[in-house]
Amino acid sequence: MAKKCLPLNIPHVSEPLEGIFINNEWHDSVSGKVFSTYNPATGEKICDVQEADKADVDKAVQAARLAFSLGSVWRKMDASERGRLLFKLANLVERDSAYLATLESLDTGKPFLSSFFVDLQGTIKTFRYFAGWADKIHGSTIPTDGEYFTLTRHEPIGVCGQIVPWNFPLVMTAWKLGPALSCGNTVVLKPAEQTPLTCLYIGALIKEAGFPPGVVNILPGYGPTAGAAIASHMGIDKVAFTGSTEVGKLIQEAAGKSNLKRVTLELGGKNPNIIFADADFELAVEQAHQGVFFNSGQCCTAGSRIFVEEPIYEEFVRRSVERAQRRTVGNPFDPTTEQGPQVSAEQQSRVLELIQSGITEGAKLECGGKAPPSKGFFVEPTVFSDVQDHMRIAKEEIFGPVQQIMKFKTIEEVIERANNTEYGLAAAVFTTDLNKAMNVSAALQAGTVWINCYNALSCQCPFGGFKMSGNGRELGEIGLKEYTEVKTITMKMSGKKS
Amino acid sequence: MAQNGTIENGLARNASPLPQPVKIPEIKHTKIFINNEWHTSIKGKKFPTINPATGVKICDVEEADKADVDEAVRAARAAGQRGSEWRQMDASSRGRLLHRLADLLERERAVLATLESMDTGKPFLHAFFVDLDGSIKTLRYYAGWTDKIHGKTMPVDENFVCFTKHEPVGVCGAIIPWNFPLLMFMWKIAPALACGNTVVIKPAEQTPLTALHAGALIKEAGFPPGVVNIVPGFGPTAGAAIGSHMNIDKVAFTGSTEVGQLIKAAAAKSNLKRVTLELGGKNPCIVFADSDLQSAVEETQKGAFFNQGQACTAASRVYVEETVYDEFVRLSVERAKNIAIGDPLEPRTSHGPQIDQHQFDKILELVASGKKEGATLECGGCAVEDRGLFIHPTIFSDVKDHMRIAKEEIFGPVQCIMKFKTQEEVIDRANGSQYGLTAAVFTRDIHRAMSVSAALEAGTVWVNCYNALHAQAPFGGYKMSGNGRELGEYALAEYTEVKAITLKLSEQLTL
Repeated sequence: MAKKCLPLNIPHVSEPLEGIFINNEWHDSVSGKVFSTYNPATGEKICDVQEADKADVDKAVQAARLAFSLGSVWRKMDASERGRLLFKLANLVERDSAYLATLESLDTGKPFLSSFFVDLQGTIKTFRYFAGWADKIHGSTIPTDGEYFTLTRHEPIGVCGQIVPWNFPLVMTAWKLGPALSCGNTVVLKPAEQTPLTCLYIGALIKEAGFPPGVVNILPGYGPTAGAAIASHMGIDKVAFTGSTEVGKLIQEAAGKSNLKRVTLELGGKNPNIIFADADFELAVEQAHQGVFFNSGQCCTAGSRIFVEEPIYEEFVRRSVERAQRRTVGNPFDPTTEQGPQVSAEQQSRVLELIQSGITEGAKLECGGKAPPSKGFFVEPTVFSDVQDHMRIAKEEIFGPVQQIMKFKTIEEVIERANNTEYGLAAAVFTTDLNKAMNVSAALQAGTVWINCYNALSCQCPFGGFKMSGNGRELGEIGLKEYTEVKTITMKMSGKKS
Repeated sequence: MAQNGTIENGLARNASPLPQPVKIPEIKHTKIFINNEWHTSIKGKKFPTINPATGVKICDVEEADKADVDEAVRAARAAGQRGSEWRQMDASSRGRLLHRLADLLERERAVLATLESMDTGKPFLHAFFVDLDGSIKTLRYYAGWTDKIHGKTMPVDENFVCFTKHEPVGVCGAIIPWNFPLLMFMWKIAPALACGNTVVIKPAEQTPLTALHAGALIKEAGFPPGVVNIVPGFGPTAGAAIGSHMNIDKVAFTGSTEVGQLIKAAAAKSNLKRVTLELGGKNPCIVFADSDLQSAVEETQKGAFFNQGQACTAASRVYVEETVYDEFVRLSVERAKNIAIGDPLEPRTSHGPQIDQHQFDKILELVASGKKEGATLECGGCAVEDRGLFIHPTIFSDVKDHMRIAKEEIFGPVQCIMKFKTQEEVIDRANGSQYGLTAAVFTRDIHRAMSVSAALEAGTVWVNCYNALHAQAPFGGYKMSGNGRELGEYALAEYTEVKAITLKLSEQLTL
């Protein structure tokens, strides 16, 4: 079914991409339910996908638990061999990158060139990065007091539930699977209901790469059913969730109420971008533009509050509007398209509602503000100036192509205003002054601070939120911490030698 | 044969045949490798490389001397300077290149194993399954480290921002031995390249061929010119030129303790280049009465005879607890008699020739001293008749600590068995050596295993095994067995130079 819509020649896939992936096999849902996935650029259905609910989650957890049992193939495998499998997976993703980029664009609406050069590269690099860590996960030997010898082991936690969002389905899958598998865990993963297709294809590649059955299980389905079943499952040892702060709180609550499973959360952001008068002006305008409009504004890192120092404010607004008006919106498969649709009708409505609130609350609508006539779920690139901190568009995460520009006078003021949010995911500073750069980046309450750049993410660097933007960090060496359980082993020694 | 393909009678269904040596009609790579090109020696010199199993010359190889080393260093310096392709490359891309090189070694595995066997005399299957396996795994291990070499940020006093960068050292000279030529080549270049250095490497004069073949693969993998340069030649000329070069930033040497001392002195006298050394060993095994004796016999003997005893890890002293001493000797002699000596290219062979006449003579001279000083010759003790450089696996018992065979590194297939009474005594005797590379303890008792391994002065202590080396675990010597560690995360420290960057912030902007 999916194949009929694809403009490129695709390799033959022997098994359907529309099932539930458990134990390296494709299953129908226990309930018989299916759900549809749509192409947001056209509003048309792509295909139906089996819908996982609690019963399917139970099956998957059972498979993952068995694959994790002591003495299993996965538990007895050399760590370096786990790395080899992840590396093989990366190579397979690379082999099929044109197909995956096409599928990703179909399911999400993101421009094909973005899928191919950003999402696919990010996916491949993340798998390769974590492949390299597998046999380098070190414990310690420790000089304890007394006649003892102590060492630590950094063991896998066990069965990890992972719930990934619809904005970067493939990349988010790699961010989750990479460290989990590198550390020797088994996984039950639920892609977003809006975008299950590339994740399911990864299932086929997992099998082809040679991962033992049950190590990775993929369950497409909805949050309130399959997602909730994961968060409250008594047989899951850890849950990792990327999505909205609202749902993140539910997940953490469910984890506490059930079995105290470990929780990591990557949630929303209302990320401040601070532009000083001494910044490289052209760079700042372009980076601020990309920072908020990239992926149709559907990024947890969207730089949706832009604080511009008074002396350059007017010019900055003028140039930003000009840039937004030049932004090409259209068919994701057109190579000149910069911006595709929002992922769903629901998201589109939400964005339009927030835009309305901006107008109502008195911000100045500089350009855009509407949905262009189309069967797809598009929103025009929209710029507001004279935005006040109390307005909804200045406080709530919009997740759409809407840029808010505010004015500031002093450093102390802008830092306080930038930090004045329950969120704390990312931030940016544009300045050529060394002192400003170092001081402001130290003062901002954000897990990632960019200096003279935006969205510069790389799998080697930790990523995560302060405050209500999340708990814990993904990527980098520190990402491994969230996927290991530390065991201390202390042996009595007769006699002591330092 | 069972229906479900299970193993019957120890034979897997469709068991894959053993790998075979490859016919090599012509040795393709025999020149000096600089800037990804093949050069003849500036002085026009060549030297032969001999197959020690047959005594026949394999081919001539261009001989690098000081002038060639100078050329190589110039190339390495240029390839590693700020702004060069190698220095501008993402760290993760260096990892991709190392993985690619590992892929190429896999592709050429049979050829390289054949070359290695011809050049060293080691059995082909050992070269294929041990040397090549280790080489490939070492490359892949370090490929994974390249973008994980972290500096730190640290909370210093007052208004400063302070962080470190772990930069490449620069041009690294490497001098490697003839006992595991390709493996030692990879142990040196893998961490060096992972950390972003450039390399000038001299393979041993006895065994240049696999290093030079690797040069061709390095070029094919896509390493920029000048990143790796290979200068086959002799110690006193090319090796000494590296040790005392004013434009080499670090030297890594694996070989004898005697030469290691020369290298360290030359490094100091010239430009204080950083030095790591992997030298000799007189490695003790300690077998307690509560061990699995059969297993101890097997492991210690493999430790003594592997690679014809030509290993820095050779288990050349075995201390056996009094109560099981006679049985241990008996079982060892019995096992030694079944060692298959023969043509290294034949699959049944597990024992080949010694590397050359010099080593051969040295080993037999030490064997003679053993007889003269009163040790009991249990088996072997002489050359294999009509077989050039082959020596019979040799076991001495009733060895006393003062004998030359108990103190000097033999580097031949000679196992010395001694008797001991108590744990305290044997620890002192085991530690009573200027060497300290490896050691092994055989016991079932947990307390003994932990306390003896803690007490032994050795960089690697094996418990109930021998020669269990892994790319992930550090390796190196205490005392005069060396300086520094190779392999594992630890090797990275030897190939990086730490820079601390401290930024003062202007007081008035503190918030």
